[in-house]
Amino acid sequence: MKTNSKILTGTHNLSGNEACVEGAIAVGCRFLSGYPIQPAIKIMQRFLSRAYKVDATYVQMEDEISALAALIGAVWTGKKGITATSGPGLSLMMEHIGLGVMLETPCVIVDVQRVGPSIGIPDHPGQGDMMQARWGSHGDYEIIALSPSSPQEMFDFTIRAFNLSERYRTPVALMADEYVAHIKEKVIISPEKEIKIEPRRYYKGPKDKYLPFKRDKDFIPRMVDIGDGYKFHVTGLTHDDRGYPVMNEECQEYNVHPLIWKIRNYVDDIIDIKETKIDDAEIVIVSYGAPSRIAIKAMKEARKLGIKVGSLKLNTVWPFPEKRITELARKVKAFVVPEMNYGQIVLEVERCSYGNANVVFVSYAEKNVDNVDDLLSAIKQVIKEKEIKKEIIEYHT
Amino acid sequence: MSTLKTIKSNEVAHPMENLLRMDRIPHIWCPGCGIGTAVTAFASALDKSKVDLDKVCVVSGIGCTGRVAGYVKLDSFHTTHGRAIAFATGITLGNPDLKVVVFSGDGDLISIGGNHFIHAARRNVNMLVICVNNFIYAMTGGQVAPTTPLATYATTSPFGCVEPPFNIPYIADSSGAVYVARWTALHVRRLTNSITEALNKPGFSVIEVISPCAMYYSRINKLGDGLDMMKFYHDNSKIKHGEDTKNLDIGFQTPITVGKFVDRERPTYTESYKKWLSDIKKEKTK
Repeated sequence: MKTNSKILTGTHNLSGNEACVEGAIAVGCRFLSGYPIQPAIKIMQRFLSRAYKVDATYVQMEDEISALAALIGAVWTGKKGITATSGPGLSLMMEHIGLGVMLETPCVIVDVQRVGPSIGIPDHPGQGDMMQARWGSHGDYEIIALSPSSPQEMFDFTIRAFNLSERYRTPVALMADEYVAHIKEKVIISPEKEIKIEPRRYYKGPKDKYLPFKRDKDFIPRMVDIGDGYKFHVTGLTHDDRGYPVMNEECQEYNVHPLIWKIRNYVDDIIDIKETKIDDAEIVIVSYGAPSRIAIKAMKEARKLGIKVGSLKLNTVWPFPEKRITELARKVKAFVVPEMNYGQIVLEVERCSYGNANVVFVSYAEKNVDNVDDLLSAIKQVIKEKEIKKEIIEYHT
Repeated sequence: MSTLKTIKSNEVAHPMENLLRMDRIPHIWCPGCGIGTAVTAFASALDKSKVDLDKVCVVSGIGCTGRVAGYVKLDSFHTTHGRAIAFATGITLGNPDLKVVVFSGDGDLISIGGNHFIHAARRNVNMLVICVNNFIYAMTGGQVAPTTPLATYATTSPFGCVEPPFNIPYIADSSGAVYVARWTALHVRRLTNSITEALNKPGFSVIEVISPCAMYYSRINKLGDGLDMMKFYHDNSKIKHGEDTKNLDIGFQTPITVGKFVDRERPTYTESYKKWLSDIKKEKTK
């Protein structure tokens, strides 16, 4: 399907990485700074191959630290920007995730997760960076993280990631994994007009009255671009409305409190979960990313056996849907959490259950994520539990 | 129209009111420090070079010199330690019409930010780097820096520094910078001229400003106060334009060679990237 449009539309067979780039271009992203790392490299290559059509800027920096630093710099010139990396790179980016939060800079960081720790296996899928994305940078902050489970979601969530980052003026992490990034599937892209784009919240007032961190009614300070003559100053130090450093407790609270609450106050808007057959469920599979592809399959198999299973898929992992999990914990017998790690989001599920339901962890850390048997056997075993165990259960087959 | 305001007899105004954030003065720098001089030279150069002030952006890292961004009345960013050049790379690529100035110290740019420094020079990213070199980490209280001369005392080298220092113009030159100069805080007029020249030069320019640190460097090494350091610069700096950057090492209280060492033309990253974009467009539309 050929159109004059610069963005790709129609139906295509794309890998997750390719779909991510198309999503970014569709939403108006015209800057990518990155550092080569598997399994995210295809994002950089695809962006470069598309750059000439959309007049985008690409730069391969000397490391991931500078990749995110350059991205934040470019965003302040009015560009929408993205960077793509994997676990080892995300570790290096932590410094500037903190700066991005403090300068309230909208940007998107794609983490195509592989197994670790350290170098691990560069092309083996993992989900070991979920907690790092939430807590990795120092100090207190809130982050938004989305987790796609298919190339179609890579496309859709990339767009949503950009929209959320502009809406809340914060870095947004797109926590993909090698499986989702490399699998090729049908991706349907709607016409250009139907793609919702959240505009940047710009300051519109007299130049000499501009305060870079003066919050509007929606909790979000307004941005301006470098070079527009506002002559503003921003700093990573604790700062006041003018962006000037003020080192005292009052200002620390004045500065950091809204950074946290601009997210916490809007969790209902940000959190996106997909529930399937949850009304009569006794057991709920809580999943995100690639493992959620087998959750529905396991649910169907279990229902054939007469076990009432529902599925709760986390499209946004951070902020975590605490209220919903707590609510469900009072109704269901157990949560079953499949993850490609040694237990990260399961800790959140357990925390939010407050001991009202059993929490079962099924690790797909080294196993094939297509294999539904482990998940199914965990469901079969937990349904037999008479009492609530006050710890995370792991059944070994 | 000059941006510098003339002082009238009935009105007390700072002559650089248009270029400095007067609501942030007094600044944090100690008496005898050379950073203020470097900022003054920069402000005068901005005025002299007639650049559009709306299009000038200053990026600083962390440290004493890192605070410069907070005092200049321009679009300015005070970023993370060592990453000012990386941050500035994003700005200059995001909007090539801007003139980006990285104003930071030797510890910030050459130690933690050394990698970004050489790579930005290699790419020839369009920016001016003003590196104030006071031979020490001053903000944290006088630790050894990668520029601290051999045998010099610092709080982390109580028996004299055992590591050989970096020669900043040599790194800049060998990494591909198009303009490299060095002045001391005493050479205000020459420094101003150098900054003016570099502001109008496309590509990666580096100006090293040797600055006295009266609080730590000179106190630990018993070199007297700021004025004594200035006297030392006066008696011991030799102007040698075009000197081979290999010969610019600075030892403890040895003579300092200053001047403009490199001034050459190389395609900038932005130029090369734009050319690549248009070439590939032509090729694809054939």
